Amino acid sequence: MNDSIGGVGRRHLSQLQVLEAEAMYIIREVVAEVENPAMMFSGGKDSIVMLHLAAKAFAPSAIPFPLLHIDTGHNFPEVLEFRDYCVSKYRVNLMVGSVQDAIDRNMVFEDRNGSRNRIQTPVLLETAAKHGFNALLGGARRDEEKARAKERVFSFRDEFGQWDPKDQRPELWNIYNGHMQLGESMRVFPLSNWTELDVWDYIATEGVEVPSIYYSHQREVFERNGMWFAANSFCKPTKDEQTSVRNVRYRTVGDATLTAAVLSEADTVEKIIEEIRETRVTERGATRGDDKFSEAAMEDRKKEGYF
Amino acid sequence: MDLLRFATAGSVDDGKSTLIGRLLYDSKSIFTDQLEAVERASVNMGAEYTELSLLTDGLRAEREQGITIDVAYRYFSTSKRKFIIADTPGHIQYTRNMVTGASTADLAIVLVDARKGLLEQSRRHAFLVSLLRVPHLVLAINKMDLVGWSEEVFDKIRQEFIEFAAKLDIPDLTIIPVSALAGDNVVTQSENMPWYTGVPLLNHLESVYVGSDQNLVDGRFPVQYVIRPHSNEFHDYRGYAGRIASGVMKVGDEVVVLPSGLPSRIIGIDFGGKPIEEAVAQMSVTVRLADDLDISRGDMICRPNNQPEVTQEIDAMVAWMSDEPLIPGQKYAIKHTTRRTRAFVKDIHYELDVNTLHRNEAATALSLNMIGRIKLRTTTPLLADPYSRNRETGGFVLINERTNATVGAGMVVRT
Repeated sequence: MNDSIGGVGRRHLSQLQVLEAEAMYIIREVVAEVENPAMMFSGGKDSIVMLHLAAKAFAPSAIPFPLLHIDTGHNFPEVLEFRDYCVSKYRVNLMVGSVQDAIDRNMVFEDRNGSRNRIQTPVLLETAAKHGFNALLGGARRDEEKARAKERVFSFRDEFGQWDPKDQRPELWNIYNGHMQLGESMRVFPLSNWTELDVWDYIATEGVEVPSIYYSHQREVFERNGMWFAANSFCKPTKDEQTSVRNVRYRTVGDATLTAAVLSEADTVEKIIEEIRETRVTERGATRGDDKFSEAAMEDRKKEGYF
Repeated sequence: MDLLRFATAGSVDDGKSTLIGRLLYDSKSIFTDQLEAVERASVNMGAEYTELSLLTDGLRAEREQGITIDVAYRYFSTSKRKFIIADTPGHIQYTRNMVTGASTADLAIVLVDARKGLLEQSRRHAFLVSLLRVPHLVLAINKMDLVGWSEEVFDKIRQEFIEFAAKLDIPDLTIIPVSALAGDNVVTQSENMPWYTGVPLLNHLESVYVGSDQNLVDGRFPVQYVIRPHSNEFHDYRGYAGRIASGVMKVGDEVVVLPSGLPSRIIGIDFGGKPIEEAVAQMSVTVRLADDLDISRGDMICRPNNQPEVTQEIDAMVAWMSDEPLIPGQKYAIKHTTRRTRAFVKDIHYELDVNTLHRNEAATALSLNMIGRIKLRTTTPLLADPYSRNRETGGFVLINERTNATVGAGMVVRT
């Protein structure tokens, strides 16, 4: 990838330049059309790229909205540290909605397997309501999952935060309709048309920093359902599961109880790009326990208000 | 590497989802876990072969009914290009979704079942592609395996389509005989149809020239957002952020700001906070002008000798997308480029039968999925070009002011 972003050597833009311009346009459109937006930020690579795009879209002004993190309490420490580093680097405000706090208040209850994936949704809706956020920018991509492949860039949610896949607003050309009534909201996905490889190509081209756990490192892991999980306080091996120290990296960063690592020697951005070009398994397929329950697991969670 | 966005259209049984599945599968863009999921689902529904359509029909209701309801977007790349597929439903009741998918496409593939030949719906799809001014059309004549790979059958459909297409505005037409199920002429050249001398579909997608589709002539910069930093360092900074709709903007260019008509000059173009010398269509940049003018979102910066119309009267083709019909006298919100205003429907000139292209001038309303030509009056001026010249500044949407739903897709015919 030799295309320098922004340089106009030729008049036909590269695909990465087109995706970047589209994402910047979408982020600006949210700020122009909606009164009180916020950007979902986990410290994961997609949200970091989205934050970088927001900074470019409004430069030399500051980013005109706060960040929102729904903290499951099941975090990788490296990622949480990186989240706070980004907050100071980009000089943005961070709002946190705590799942642990909601559990302590008996607002939500942990699944029997300890998963906090599903109970993030009520915490997200409560936190957004508390701050009056009526549009949330998210780093989800359509190539991640088949229900996401059907979702609009400006995804309308009713007053309960629910998505109705059968009645989405038509979205024509690059005209986005961000209008809604009180209590309704928008989820907006500037990276809709990006693939995992595009994200890494962009990280390489722009020199974007990402947390260390994306790069190959040594970690004590054990195998479960064909996936490699880190042995830690959130995720303990059973008697039959042998732990060993391996060279691994994370392809996605989510709830630490659910997110698996992949065996990898890729310790630079270039090697990661090479690895992704070769891989025959999707990002979520390799690393997420949560989508395997049913064919429509994601669709069902989104209907409830999940991202 | 560049990007090609293409839309596919075909009806329930034309094998459209199978064709896409085949493109993804044969170009090795399907991952093993996706394929395993599809294989599992195929066995569960009792299919005799792996049902590749399950790769794209992502919603529960779609898999249950075996149909495509809404546009699905898919991504794949080869060594030559990156592709975004808008997989659109073909059934007439989902015309609005096909219009949505075609609105951003550089190329459209219309599928025809070789056994059935051209149907009303094939004509409708081709018409919608020409209405949305998708620059390149591929007619894929599918299921050639079921007609004995017959050149005669292919020629007959081909001839019939060319005669029909002459009535439409289709700048580039390519016709390819394929078998999506068997894979012939999708990624690899068919051995069963030696009489076909053209390239397989994927080769065509990789090589079709799209460089000249971009309008680099008419400089149009709709202002999206005004950037005025609240900081000491950039106290006097005032920039107009937006995406260049068409043309090229250079530092030093004399410009005019619409609708006010006031002249100025570009003194700087910033990209991500860094200065650049020129910006071309599709780029998101920030433009600074020599004069302190009153400019806000929805205004447009263009060249003095090449301007869009500033008008409150618009003749447009409109594809209606709502259960509540469009009727003369109704008011809607209208969004055109970054400008939002209100519009009043003065008249319906005619409703167009999308199957026969017959114009019904007696029409008094446009109901769901109908297409017609209407006259609008807006409360503030639009800065518009004919859609035939500029897809970016000629397209608009109508919005129901009560529900905020997007109810119509409009294309400016005449200002």
